[in-house]
Amino acid sequence: MQKEVTVKTALDHGLNAAEFESIKKHLGRVPNLVELGIFSAMWSEHCSYKSSRVHLRRFPTEGPQVVQGPGENAGVVDIGNGLTAVFKMESHNHPSFIEPVQGAATGVGGILRDVFTMGARPIASFDCLRFGHQDHEKTRFLVGGVVKGISMYGNCIGVPTVGGSTRFHECYNGNILVNVMTVGIARRDALFFGKASGLGNKIIYIGSKTGRDGIHGAVMASDTFGEESESKRPTVQVGDPFTEKLLLEACLEIFRENIVEGIQDMGAAGLTSSSFEMASRGNSGITMHLDKVPMREEGMTPYEIMLSESQERMLLVAKPENEQKILDILRKWDLEAATIGQVEDHGHVKLLFHGELAADMPVDACVDTAPKYERPMQRPAYLEKTAAFDTASVPAPASLNEAFFKLVGSLNLNGKRWITEQYDTMIGLGSVFGPGHDAAVIRVMGTNSALAVSSGCNERYCYLDPYVGGMIALAECARNVACTGAKPLASTDCLNFGSPMNPEIMWQFSQSVDGIAEACRKLDVPVVGGNVSLYNQTGEVAIYPTPMIGVVGLLDDATLAVPSFFQSEGDAVLLLGDTLNEIGGSEYLKTIHGHDAGKPPALDLTKERNLINALMELARKRLVKSAHDCSEGGLAIALAECALDKKVGCEVDIQTALRPDVALFSESQSRAVLSVAPQNLKAALAVIAAHKVPCAEIGKTAKAFAVKVNGKAALTADIADIVKTHGESFEKTLFPQ
Amino acid sequence: MTTAVQNLKVGVVVFPGSNCDRDTLHVASLLPGAQVRSVWHKETSLGDCNLAILPGGFSYGDYLRCGAIARFSPVMKAVADFAQKGGTVIGICNGFQVLTESHLLPGVLLPNESRKFICKNVHLRVERTDIPATRGLNKGDVLKMPIAHGDGNFFADEEAIARLEKNGQVVVRYCDERGNVTAEANPNGARNNIAGICNERGNVFGLMPHPERCSEDILGNTDGFRIFKSLATL
Amino acid sequence: MKTQVTVTLKNGILDPQGKAVEHALHSLGFAGVRGVRIGKFIEIEMDAPATEQAKKDAEEMCKKLLANPVMENYRVTVAEQGK
Repeated sequence: MQKEVTVKTALDHGLNAAEFESIKKHLGRVPNLVELGIFSAMWSEHCSYKSSRVHLRRFPTEGPQVVQGPGENAGVVDIGNGLTAVFKMESHNHPSFIEPVQGAATGVGGILRDVFTMGARPIASFDCLRFGHQDHEKTRFLVGGVVKGISMYGNCIGVPTVGGSTRFHECYNGNILVNVMTVGIARRDALFFGKASGLGNKIIYIGSKTGRDGIHGAVMASDTFGEESESKRPTVQVGDPFTEKLLLEACLEIFRENIVEGIQDMGAAGLTSSSFEMASRGNSGITMHLDKVPMREEGMTPYEIMLSESQERMLLVAKPENEQKILDILRKWDLEAATIGQVEDHGHVKLLFHGELAADMPVDACVDTAPKYERPMQRPAYLEKTAAFDTASVPAPASLNEAFFKLVGSLNLNGKRWITEQYDTMIGLGSVFGPGHDAAVIRVMGTNSALAVSSGCNERYCYLDPYVGGMIALAECARNVACTGAKPLASTDCLNFGSPMNPEIMWQFSQSVDGIAEACRKLDVPVVGGNVSLYNQTGEVAIYPTPMIGVVGLLDDATLAVPSFFQSEGDAVLLLGDTLNEIGGSEYLKTIHGHDAGKPPALDLTKERNLINALMELARKRLVKSAHDCSEGGLAIALAECALDKKVGCEVDIQTALRPDVALFSESQSRAVLSVAPQNLKAALAVIAAHKVPCAEIGKTAKAFAVKVNGKAALTADIADIVKTHGESFEKTLFPQ
Repeated sequence: MTTAVQNLKVGVVVFPGSNCDRDTLHVASLLPGAQVRSVWHKETSLGDCNLAILPGGFSYGDYLRCGAIARFSPVMKAVADFAQKGGTVIGICNGFQVLTESHLLPGVLLPNESRKFICKNVHLRVERTDIPATRGLNKGDVLKMPIAHGDGNFFADEEAIARLEKNGQVVVRYCDERGNVTAEANPNGARNNIAGICNERGNVFGLMPHPERCSEDILGNTDGFRIFKSLATL
Repeated sequence: MKTQVTVTLKNGILDPQGKAVEHALHSLGFAGVRGVRIGKFIEIEMDAPATEQAKKDAEEMCKKLLANPVMENYRVTVAEQGK
């Protein structure tokens, strides 16, 4: 009784006519509706990366530290002691815009599963959020909802949310970003992969029952928001962190028993992507009996079962002799489980429903031959105008102090305590440094070591120059990690862009990839996994290019970790790196003068590498008391941030040929502010000089906060006022009582 | 003078959704000579444990009311019997909520006044030092300790509060860093700034803050370990 | 005038709370429980000239704030005057 599939059905599924022809050719016939649904999901941008794959190849993905690069559920790097760090970042942008609490919550749930499906226990999550202008009517509602969703899910499952970044810009008014990164720890000899192999092995479904949640969510995520998306909203997926907690513990118990051959999360496109990808990696085939799938609702069809995106589900492959043991463990944890099929060698995925063949498709037709497009690219026209902007034309502010406080209290630079206090930042006993530091430092239980993790991206730089912006995104994360003393090991990314059908967006994408790739190579932090999120736009208005980056680093000795804040009065304050005339794309130019213009600061990767090496050696020799990256908001903001935790300020004098406002607020790269105990100063300066890093001794830590430029007072403030403005302005701006 | 408990055997109860059980086991295992084990909620006996800890987390997702479903777990009968016989029972955060739902402690933990989950360091003033959990502390000591809860607002009717105060059952109270009990220092709206209480006998103690999260040098604060050490001494 | 609003999850939307409670009721021996769905009950005191207006206002409140139409249904009942 199936409806006949025509090219119109294909178009309704988001495929184009050429893709429909290709499907018919691969199958040798017209697909039925179930098969078409599966193709549309597998060939969606979200699952197939059809517009981005040709570019992603340019990322360096190898290195002695890499255990598993891109292509698996998550990336894996060696961290010594027989252990590995397993991590990845993913987006849940569109669902979070429609239903912020559940959209963000299920985003957290999805990335956690990607990590623990590899055999790792998640130890920390990081959320990178982008919201629209503070005065936009939806912003408050979205901020509140997204934070509640992340908090609800992460706190309940018991994985601390210890870092991330939250920024605001009008380009996100109609399309917010919710990117979440999770890091887990697994034994190197006990990693698990999403592979279906071993003829006759059982396919076991575990977790929650399947409902009609988010059917065709993967297709939605690949579709531009339009006016009618309000009405064609699919059923929303609801996160159930309690079930996920049980699933996590059950999976880890199964892993300890070593009774599973392969495992994969049912994420986007649910049972479809998990079964096809596992068969593809295992070079095998799969037969599944869809009527055996545990279902939450009556009357579900094979089409719905295959495309449901119900959360908290996994697909397992196990030897027949281990089947019962697995089912017993799941019963112990009160979870659904059912054997729904077996591994075959026919190279097909065959789906039966009450004994009748519902679909029969070659695995390679669906996975390997998925379309790959080299979309046209064109340098955006706006760049002529933004690059021509003369930053010297902006007037110096009447009061530097006033500009300074305005920046300290601005949404992109102020403290995010309102957010981070809603997250459990300490569970797991790993959080040596939590939110607020340059990088979170999380000790690896059972060892002396710790991981340092930083994530973020400056979308304004990427808008003004996607190549340099991409480089800086990677370099800044690596620098943040190095500020704690850790060695940057590898990176993950979540590339958020507008529609790939727009040549200017594809150009932004390609340039960003090249910039990130170059920085990865020069700084030796290969990309081990990630995610692409396209179509982030409403109508014709795309977001600024936002290639979010996460970098993971290693500290062999957690007690070496260097804080970001001044620790006590009387220490020498050093500024590493050169401050240049670079206020293009800065927070200062935007917040004080109202321009998103100019060129972003230049980045010299050799200088960056030298700085990172110097920071690592200074930490290893215990020569510095604090180290803080000097970036957004410039030196003035960096010095203010150093004062926050211990309420220790500084008295410094900056010698410069630049205009005072430029010297204070320029966002020149490859800089850091250090504090050094007097008795270690000589040794520290020697290390810095040996790495050829420019260094100026600009003053001392002190009770007050007093910044001079060329001997003339520029900024003076009470630390208490800085702490108050920084700490309270977020809530005052967005959620006034 | 204090002496170590002979054969300290710590049982940490694990409900579905408990998530501070591993942290609590880790810190308990740092006590010299302690044997630690987890006790699955379906177990009907605490075996030879002489200290039972109900850890933090979200038992059963805390979907109905915090601790409401966990109290019906088979192990809770064993915990009640153990307490009845004078055994030491500690409930941390969700464990405290389970103890109140089970009526092993009076009162109830309402949603925080801000209606938001709060995770941050607070200060506690020690009000009573003759129970197992605080006997190594001094009255008036100020401890820095993290909280992490959405429902930590201790409530009981006026009569019950008066009884708690009169009996000296308030063990720790939210205060500022100098030990002053003020409204500003109260993170969740708890009556009389109550952070932790014990039963009349003193052997059952529940508190919202997490002592296990501040028990090691590497985490920059060891105030919580003073409570664990107290439990390990006579 | 007293208006009562009941907000429930739409059919087919997963209800983690209901699921956990159903499971707990089963383990307490209530074997006959076939399903549990948890919703919200909201009482609103309002000044409105007529029952009809009160109902219309309450529905507007549901659409704007009290319910998320993406995942929730709502039902409004207005208590008659004097009752």
